[in-house]
Amino acid sequence: MAENLTQIYLYTRYERFWHWFQAAMIVVLLITGFEVHGLFRLLGFDLAVRVHNFVGIAWLIAFAFFVFWVFTTGEWRQYVPTTQKMFAVVRYYAYGIFRGEAHPVPKRKEAKHNPLQRLVYLMLAATLLPVQMLSGFLYWGYNSWADWGLGWLSLEVLALVHMAGAFSILVFLVTHVYMTTTGHTIFAHTRAMITGWEEIEEGEIQDWERPVKPTCET
Amino acid sequence: MMPIRWMRIFCVVFVLCAGAVLARAADEAAAESAPGRTMARQATQDVQGWTTVDHSRLDALKKPFASGKQVTEACVSCHSEAASQFHQTIHWTWLGTEPDAEKRMGKAGDSLNNFCISANNMQDKSCNACHPSWNGQGTEGEVNCLVCHGRQQINWTEAFDDLNAFSGSDDPEEQQIVADIQADIQQAVQSVILPARENCGSCHFYGGGGDGVKHGDLDSSIAQPPKSLDVHMGVDGKNFQCTRCHTTVRHNVAGRIYSRPAAADRKSLIEDDLTAKITCESCHSATPHKAGSKANDHTDRVACQSCHIPLFARQNPTKTWWDWSKAGTLQDGKKYNEKGEFGKEVYMTIKGEMKWEKDVKPEYFWFNGSMNTLTIKDFIDPEKIVAVSAPVGSREDKNARIFPFKIHGGKQPYDTVQKVLLAPMLSGKDGYWETLDWQNAIEKGMQALNASYSGSFDFVETTYAFPITHMVAPRDNVVRCAECHTGQGGRFASLTGFYMPGRDRTGWIDSLGWLAVLGALAGVALHGLGRAFSRKGGKEN
Ligand code: HEM
Repeated sequence: MAENLTQIYLYTRYERFWHWFQAAMIVVLLITGFEVHGLFRLLGFDLAVRVHNFVGIAWLIAFAFFVFWVFTTGEWRQYVPTTQKMFAVVRYYAYGIFRGEAHPVPKRKEAKHNPLQRLVYLMLAATLLPVQMLSGFLYWGYNSWADWGLGWLSLEVLALVHMAGAFSILVFLVTHVYMTTTGHTIFAHTRAMITGWEEIEEGEIQDWERPVKPTCET
Repeated sequence: MMPIRWMRIFCVVFVLCAGAVLARAADEAAAESAPGRTMARQATQDVQGWTTVDHSRLDALKKPFASGKQVTEACVSCHSEAASQFHQTIHWTWLGTEPDAEKRMGKAGDSLNNFCISANNMQDKSCNACHPSWNGQGTEGEVNCLVCHGRQQINWTEAFDDLNAFSGSDDPEEQQIVADIQADIQQAVQSVILPARENCGSCHFYGGGGDGVKHGDLDSSIAQPPKSLDVHMGVDGKNFQCTRCHTTVRHNVAGRIYSRPAAADRKSLIEDDLTAKITCESCHSATPHKAGSKANDHTDRVACQSCHIPLFARQNPTKTWWDWSKAGTLQDGKKYNEKGEFGKEVYMTIKGEMKWEKDVKPEYFWFNGSMNTLTIKDFIDPEKIVAVSAPVGSREDKNARIFPFKIHGGKQPYDTVQKVLLAPMLSGKDGYWETLDWQNAIEKGMQALNASYSGSFDFVETTYAFPITHMVAPRDNVVRCAECHTGQGGRFASLTGFYMPGRDRTGWIDSLGWLAVLGALAGVALHGLGRAFSRKGGKEN
């Protein structure tokens, strides 16, 4: 496979911290949420509810910091969707990977995410997680609905949205964890998210991969 | 080096977060006293001896008494309004406060139950055993103040009968008997108290004709209960008497009366220091749990009793079934009784078949404080189980909360033509207990009520509901969240029309969700296998 490997510093300290912190919270929320849903007994309903609510609210607050970080650092550009090479990436995972082909869009400092990842992470950070947070927050505030002028809300429908979100996140988690094993070694990507250093094949960054507008930071 | 260091930092952060969550949770679990408890403790100091009268030193009570009437006169000679006040209360009239003159609510009126069914316009004299008059004379007689205010209960009827039989005798032995009886009477008359649990209990523990027959949360075990049976009345705890909560104004004792709720609104003593202390909230407030506790979010729709009385009849058994249709069977041509598991009758020739239960889980219904009780004038649908008494309320009713109940089932006679419940006469020489003749007993009973009877009867299954509010358990025994928040036969399983986390789910989203998760798992598994094999193949080539 890859011959000329080189190390690049891909993920900043905050990014890595956020990644694992959020991962941990999501896993805890999934476990406690499904316990609340009645799937199994682990902490007991009371404790599951308390942990779920506590971690849920903590996540909301922490997420605000993440949003702040994304915009102040310009990292949001990493999530701007593109159709360039999208087909090539899909083709790679569906076919090329089995033949030992090289990834069509190797990681670069200015392009951490391939087109498929960009789309998925954008959907995740801009749609799925906010929907889950909003529905969770409303669920949490059930007793105040009348005061908030939300008396017309239906808990049944809200719970349905929250459940749909929970399942979607679980599906993402399964796929995501698996995808991390598709690097040049099984734990290569995981290691990168811990150390910040990703091993990549040397090569030139494509123009289209560059940030939409050149920024002052490089 | 780098990865290990960062891994370590991450672990520390994670452990800290997890620790914070668990510490908070544990802290809540081991909650010290909840504010509502502290508040109630402040509001209810131990009773001080505040009375300014020693009844044993009053001349009016030192004279000899020859009849109950004379005792009442002695009481009223000081407490001038007591008897006339008492005459206005349901404890005397046995009539409800409903304005409907057609249907008189009350035991002395047209109300029915599924125990001894009716008092037949007070003409079933056995019922008068609990009427607070002398010698069971009912409303015609004089008030027996000592039923509620006497510390020493003696058999008054027997005492006065014996006294009058022997008085005037020359026989010194009989004179001694008279003196002894008179001494007993005087001692009983002079030991005046505020009503104690035993006083109220002498009737309310034995409703339906025996210990624990009716209520399930009120029986002789409450007379001197341990705190584990009732945190308020426990003799090793606050040792409350009934009147501590059933506060009284002009002899009107606070409490529900048929359709009239025990309290008109949910007020605490902080809002109104003269409010009846009849609700939990009177002393504990509407949000008694620790701030931020989820339990406080429940008090708007779930009554305190629902969680704090996990089981009733925890010491003595209570009757849960009474089938009158089985009555009348003889053994060797004689009436007989048969006892069951708890040493309680499970069959009586004169009463039929009964069931008793202990440690009973309540049934839960929406309840706005009002009960709907049938009278002999209400039409029934004999095709269905007839609710002789049922809680009023629904989720849509803003004043209704989910409340625990004892449901007493049974079978009782109804008029197959007029479709109303029937009120047989039970005691007396024409009563069913004597004659075992339903037809005659029903005719006599309905006559007493001035009600018509078609002449044709059969038995119908009925239920009678009792709100459960006594036998509040210690904190450690409260109903756990998951006893209701579960899809597997939770306590609220029968309450529908709203979504409860843990109990309810939208089936299709779960199916779809799991399908997607399984799909993802299968997808990555296949993909992974594909990679493993293709790579192997590659190397071999
Ligand atoms: C990864 C994110 C999350 C997942 C996977 C998740 C999952 C779940 C699930 C499966 C349930 C059970 C729903 C039901 O049976 O009706 C639930 C309930 C609930 N969730 Fe979430 N949830 C997440 C985030 C949040 C957030 C951010 C909040 C906001 C505080 C929240 C608040 C709640 C509340 C209040 C409930 C109802 C039960 C309770 O009080 O704990 N959730 N969640």
